[in-house]
Amino acid sequence: MRMATNCCRRRLEVSDNRAVQLLIKLGHQVTSRLWRLGFASRFFLAIFLHSGTSFRRMHLTFREIYFTGVMSLIIILVSGLFVGMVLGLQGYDTLQRYGSAEALGILVALSLVRELGPVVAALLFASRAGSAITAEIGLMKATEQLSAMEMMAVNPIARVVAPRFWGGVISMPLLAALFSAMGVFGGYLVGVVLIGVDSGSFWSQMQATVDFREDVVNGIIKSFVFGVIVSWVAVFEGYDCEPTAEGVSGATTRTVVTSSLAILAADFVLTALMFRGV
Amino acid sequence: MNQEPLVQIRDLSFSYDNRKILSGVNLTIPRGKVVAIMGSSGCGKTTTLRLIGGQLKPTSGEVRVNGQVVHELDSEGLYAMRRRTGMLFQFGALFTDMSVYDNVAFQMREHTDLPEALIHDLVLMKLHAVGLRGAHKLMPSELSGGMARRVALARSIALDPMLMMYDEPFAGLDPISLSIVGVLIRKLNDALGASSIIVTHDVQESLKIVDYIYFVSEGRIVAEGTAEEIRNSKTPYVHQFVWGEADGPVPFQYPTHNAYGDELLQKAA
Repeated sequence: MRMATNCCRRRLEVSDNRAVQLLIKLGHQVTSRLWRLGFASRFFLAIFLHSGTSFRRMHLTFREIYFTGVMSLIIILVSGLFVGMVLGLQGYDTLQRYGSAEALGILVALSLVRELGPVVAALLFASRAGSAITAEIGLMKATEQLSAMEMMAVNPIARVVAPRFWGGVISMPLLAALFSAMGVFGGYLVGVVLIGVDSGSFWSQMQATVDFREDVVNGIIKSFVFGVIVSWVAVFEGYDCEPTAEGVSGATTRTVVTSSLAILAADFVLTALMFRGV
Repeated sequence: MNQEPLVQIRDLSFSYDNRKILSGVNLTIPRGKVVAIMGSSGCGKTTTLRLIGGQLKPTSGEVRVNGQVVHELDSEGLYAMRRRTGMLFQFGALFTDMSVYDNVAFQMREHTDLPEALIHDLVLMKLHAVGLRGAHKLMPSELSGGMARRVALARSIALDPMLMMYDEPFAGLDPISLSIVGVLIRKLNDALGASSIIVTHDVQESLKIVDYIYFVSEGRIVAEGTAEEIRNSKTPYVHQFVWGEADGPVPFQYPTHNAYGDELLQKAA
């Protein structure tokens, strides 16, 4: 009997301990995430404080624009073309039911310039260039290149991080613009060349309806914000990763996941602010 | 010439979270000398180097380099000190996106306004000193381990430092490269009039080139002396380390709170 009581007591202690352990783990998860967010914010500030080098020695930033922007051109252009072609097909299918096939140009252009251009280009940019930036900085950390730089009295945030950040921020709106341009061309190919929508209506309606301030500039603002998000997440994950193979691979994955979710969330907020009742 | 030691470490303690790495370390690096810090892996040697370079802050005690307390320096002062310091990392830490030439020229371009023609001559001179003038166009991925270490050495002496720090310079090298790197460390120290700290566990190579040796075990200095004194030391730890004996005061097992038997019983229960 006494043995059974002891056994019960022990079980109770174990379950108590497990509950406490669970609470401790939960608390630790929350505080560590908050701490990381705080560190990421301070890191963001540090990038701005140490951005002088990126602009004084523009060749450092141009090099990153080449690696992140120019090297992403093929995926951006091909994706833009196909997205535009799909828009042309789907748009024509819907519009011709209402006898408005001539409005195809408006549909393709507005969808691309306002939404698909900035968003899809940013998602592609996050997976093509963001992951590469994280992996590069992470591997530099794992192979002590960042430590070596610090020991040579060169600030790695100024020399490595800031040029990559600004390279991404500058590339993103340009890539989104090219994505939209290719998309419009894809829509033209399918709608006008393949299906036979009137070319004059396609272009003139697009020209008359798409507003530079409301649509194009807002699209550019969106892609600029997405560029900041992707570049910030990418450089932070690389700089903060565990300096091991697993650490770098985890950071690369986190870059794609976090920046994709952040892009979609920011897109909702920006759309709500920009296009209220327009 | 200033007779004050270049590096003075007093009562230095350091912990990572709650794990004590160094406790009460005292050591001195005189000017112009090559000093080795030896000890088994994980005893706190590299941590000591990082504390000297100001990459870590001590829990207590102080590190003085050229009369300045390192952890009290602001970032400008710290960078000024580092400009006069060279460090060779364990695997070279060469910048993989730059050629050998650009790696060696890196500090000159970052910290000086020298014309490119002069930088060219200086880089080739540094590479010549380590025997790799002909390799200046190669990329780090095209170098062997020994060559990468020598390029890193050329890079670390780019600005003629007053203090050189070597983190495991002999690790993973073939006997010829090992001997070359050893000789270079000594020759460069004497030619530059610098002082050098070598963190290593390669006893035989180090004893050939260093002036003084400190032995670190479990975060403390357990022995010190000249190469000759260390060779003839009767201290059990030093004897075991120098002669590579399996039996001795250095335990084979990583310390644990529970006895092995208790752990087995717990599992069975």
